Amino acid sequence: MGLDIRWPIGLMFTLIGILLSIYGAVTGSGNEMYQHSLGININLIWGVVLLVFGVLMLLGAVRGGKKPPTA
Amino acid sequence: MQPIQLQWIDYTILIAYVGFVIGIGFVLARYMKSSSDFLTSGRSIPAWVTGLAFISANLGALELVGMAASGAKYGIATAHFYWVGAIPAMVFLAVFMMPFYYGSKARSVPEYLKMRFDERVRCVNSISFAVMTVFASGISMNALAKLLTGLLPWKLDFALPGNVHLGSYDCYLWICSAVVLLYVLKGGLTSAIYTEVLQFFMIVLGFAPVVWLGLKDVGGWSVLKGKLVDVAQNPAALSLNDKTFQPDAWSSAWKPLIAGPEHNPMGVDLFAMVFGLGFVLSFGYWCTNFLVVQRAMAAKNMTAARRTPLIAAIPKMFFPVLVILPGMIAIALASSPGKDYRLPPRLIASSAYTTAIADIKTAKPENAGAAFEAVSKDIGLKLDKTKITALISQNAVAPLPEGQLKDRLQDAVAENDYDSVILSLVKKYCPPGLLGLALTGLLASFMSGMAGNVTAFNTVWTYDLYQAYFAPGKSDKHYFWMGKFITVIGILLSIVCAYLVSRWSNAMDIIQLVFGFVNAPLFATFLLGMFWKRTTGTGAFIGLVGGILTSGLFHALTSAVGNAPGIKGGYLHVVQVFPSDMAQNFWLASFAFTACFVLTLVISLATRRTKTDAELKGLVYSLTPKIKDEEQNWLLRPAVVGTILIICCIILNIIFW
Repeated sequence: MGLDIRWPIGLMFTLIGILLSIYGAVTGSGNEMYQHSLGININLIWGVVLLVFGVLMLLGAVRGGKKPPTA
Repeated sequence: MQPIQLQWIDYTILIAYVGFVIGIGFVLARYMKSSSDFLTSGRSIPAWVTGLAFISANLGALELVGMAASGAKYGIATAHFYWVGAIPAMVFLAVFMMPFYYGSKARSVPEYLKMRFDERVRCVNSISFAVMTVFASGISMNALAKLLTGLLPWKLDFALPGNVHLGSYDCYLWICSAVVLLYVLKGGLTSAIYTEVLQFFMIVLGFAPVVWLGLKDVGGWSVLKGKLVDVAQNPAALSLNDKTFQPDAWSSAWKPLIAGPEHNPMGVDLFAMVFGLGFVLSFGYWCTNFLVVQRAMAAKNMTAARRTPLIAAIPKMFFPVLVILPGMIAIALASSPGKDYRLPPRLIASSAYTTAIADIKTAKPENAGAAFEAVSKDIGLKLDKTKITALISQNAVAPLPEGQLKDRLQDAVAENDYDSVILSLVKKYCPPGLLGLALTGLLASFMSGMAGNVTAFNTVWTYDLYQAYFAPGKSDKHYFWMGKFITVIGILLSIVCAYLVSRWSNAMDIIQLVFGFVNAPLFATFLLGMFWKRTTGTGAFIGLVGGILTSGLFHALTSAVGNAPGIKGGYLHVVQVFPSDMAQNFWLASFAFTACFVLTLVISLATRRTKTDAELKGLVYSLTPKIKDEEQNWLLRPAVVGTILIICCIILNIIFW
């Protein structure tokens, strides 16, 4: 099928990763909402993980040589 | 269920996911040119994609929710569903069965049955499968709509002409179905498969941090194991079980099983587990269910098709960490007093409060025993006697406000709502942001549960029922149109089923019961059909029907401890009482399989073959030229990869022995 699935996966997780890590950075580790996550700024950490994953997927798609969908 | 506070970030993640899913559908729409593009993906998808879709199609939310529930109820033994059940079956599918499915050019599992046997066998299989998929997708959507109604803060109410009101439940049900319809209608099976891959990553990446935080909070694996030992010796403290067990009942997979059904919380014996679950049920599901097999059939070539289940088996092997461990974390937390966590209790029906509160108000502390009985009866759930007695005496001294009485009553419920375990952990550990991610993972799994079933349904309807019986010999354009049309109908039928299940809670039990009857014997038919050329169509047909009837009869004659004769079995006469529902179920499958196997064998010997060796080429093992795996790198050959996977599985079993 003409669409390389790595494009949407990569784009989506890059987007969510950026959003989540910015949100984590802005809210700051001291924020009381991180009492939920044992005082860890999980948004920042996990946002970065998602971002890395997304970028890796995009790199894979580029290597695969398919052009991004234009629809 | 308490509504939770969602922030803009959570909604953004949710909307981004839905946007991408619909976007995929629209991009793929350009490639949908024929019925086979739409219904079978034109056999064009790489193996890693079909492989992830293969497990994802099964990883519906019910699996996610159900496995965490079992993890809490039964501990590490739940992993048998993976390490005894799924993995060996997936390896068997890849090594032995895929060559026939893919090589025969059948477009569906029922079509393979028609090629191998005759129309009758196909008919039984395709009709039962079509009904099953519609119900399965309805059950998924009902669960999703209920979840959203409980979680989201909005109370929706739209008045339609004719005095019809659409409440929150209706709106969520229709909106989510519309999203699924949109992307399935646009991109067909490819859309469903691609979304399943997206969903796979969404679930893994959404739940991994929750599990990590939970495990960290408990204090790590060794502390968790210690807690499980405490739980096993007094499961009644968490209302898990009335009995007490050996210390390792929750933390060992095999020792309690070998010790016998009374020593493990599942109440299952070794034979039922290994033969009933490991062989009959798992092989029956993973090797013959078109919902999952369809993913492998969409692969671009034979090599990719055979790799599909093998690729799927690798993450599947480690899934217990993601889906079972949360349940175990929950009971460990619940037995750690400082953690302020309890297993979610079952909710009291809102209609039950009025009489219960009236009874509390009139009760006198001196006859609290009788009052406790009365309140228990009003509520219909098991209650904690000390809590109720305390409540009565407190209320007699100084009457409590209505709201507080309700909270205290709910708090006194001593029955667990295991299906809410996963959600309770998400709520406990997720700050806004991560919360959106985890909920999106859950939403994704519900929606793809519907999409997967609908795409299997439309294929079976179009090729195995419509083309076979109603309108043979039409142009491909016609079947392409029919494929799309039936997709809409399939979604509408699912919505009807969702309402049915939500209005009439017994419906779900009955449906699952009937699926069990139909599915249990099926693997015997495939096993004999694929590996014994002497199996005849009549033999297979009678064997299959006989197997289904055996299931029904077995169920009518047996029961499980604690169940009154009725929907749970024993309605004719109780010949045998099993220690648990699960044991009854596994034994039922074993009997149905054996009956089907023996009947097919005997009748095949007594009847004349209707298909020649030449006609069975590519359909039966001994008549099909062996695939030359030698051309591949030997390490990548299915048999080698399969063996490695089995060895890994055995190692896991030994580690958690």
